[in-house]
Amino acid sequence: MVKWHNRVSTVYRDLQCPPIDKFEPVTGTERGSRIAYRTYVSYIDKSREYYAAHGYAHPYRWAQYSDVPFARLGKPLSDSTVAFVTTSSMMRVAGSSESAGGKKRSYASDATTQPEAMYTNDLSWDHDATTTDDVGSFLPIAHLHDAVEAGVIGAVSSRFYGVPTDYSQRRTKEIDAPDVVQWCKEDGVDAVILVPL
Amino acid sequence: MCHQTVSLTARALEAEGIATVIVGSARDIVEECGVPRFVFSDVPLGNPFGSPGDGEIQRATLDLALDVIDRASWPRTTVKSDYEWPTEEWRANYMLVDDSNRAELAALGDQRRSNQAAAKK
Repeated sequence: MVKWHNRVSTVYRDLQCPPIDKFEPVTGTERGSRIAYRTYVSYIDKSREYYAAHGYAHPYRWAQYSDVPFARLGKPLSDSTVAFVTTSSMMRVAGSSESAGGKKRSYASDATTQPEAMYTNDLSWDHDATTTDDVGSFLPIAHLHDAVEAGVIGAVSSRFYGVPTDYSQRRTKEIDAPDVVQWCKEDGVDAVILVPL
Repeated sequence: MCHQTVSLTARALEAEGIATVIVGSARDIVEECGVPRFVFSDVPLGNPFGSPGDGEIQRATLDLALDVIDRASWPRTTVKSDYEWPTEEWRANYMLVDDSNRAELAALGDQRRSNQAAAKK
């Protein structure tokens, strides 16, 4: 089953450029296919129609930027410290289905081992199609430790970080994201994998 | 909304010189926001590293994300994982709106607004 990834990586290296959309179409035959609509789900479109059906007159205004900051990795990946950011929350009691409750805040937590469970019930993942019972499907800390053993990365950050999903872009930009930046600097993090549910 | 939150967070980290990659499934939200590196998993929201219980796929997706951090040369680099979810119905069923549930959704909206108004009193 690992072959699919090896194939992607090989093509990627041969391209000598960002492999944007080089692996599409998602469905179709080896020779391609013709479509009249995008193959991937538009969640902006879906959520707009969904909340309009609830009677909300004004659609949510999503963040849109033309400029994109870009930081190159300043050292070899094999020497780099890598961290995770998740939108899931810590369980109040391990194994329970309860979160810490109250207003959600950004947090930093021990990344020595992968948590057995994370609280996700308040998030808009697809509750009908799948589950989040396997933390490795959205916060694979154990596999990141394996990458250290394999010499792919230098270290796993001592902590992983949580950001609360927030409709307020201002709160994310002015409160939660700066917290994560500060923690990453404290922990000597070189690269971050951010994982939304 | 999770995808917008991490996209804004990734932009803040990059602005401070820390390299990032997002592994997610809501491609439009991430790309409209604009991020440096994105591994797109075309699967239902909730398992961007692959199906629950499939450690091999999860490990391979992580390897891909690390590869993208290491090799991307320009912002807005999107790499699509070619892992395929075993079914397709989820695409249509998520946040479905049709004649079968239109009245129910309208009633839910009315109830929610009523609850919010009562809470403000």
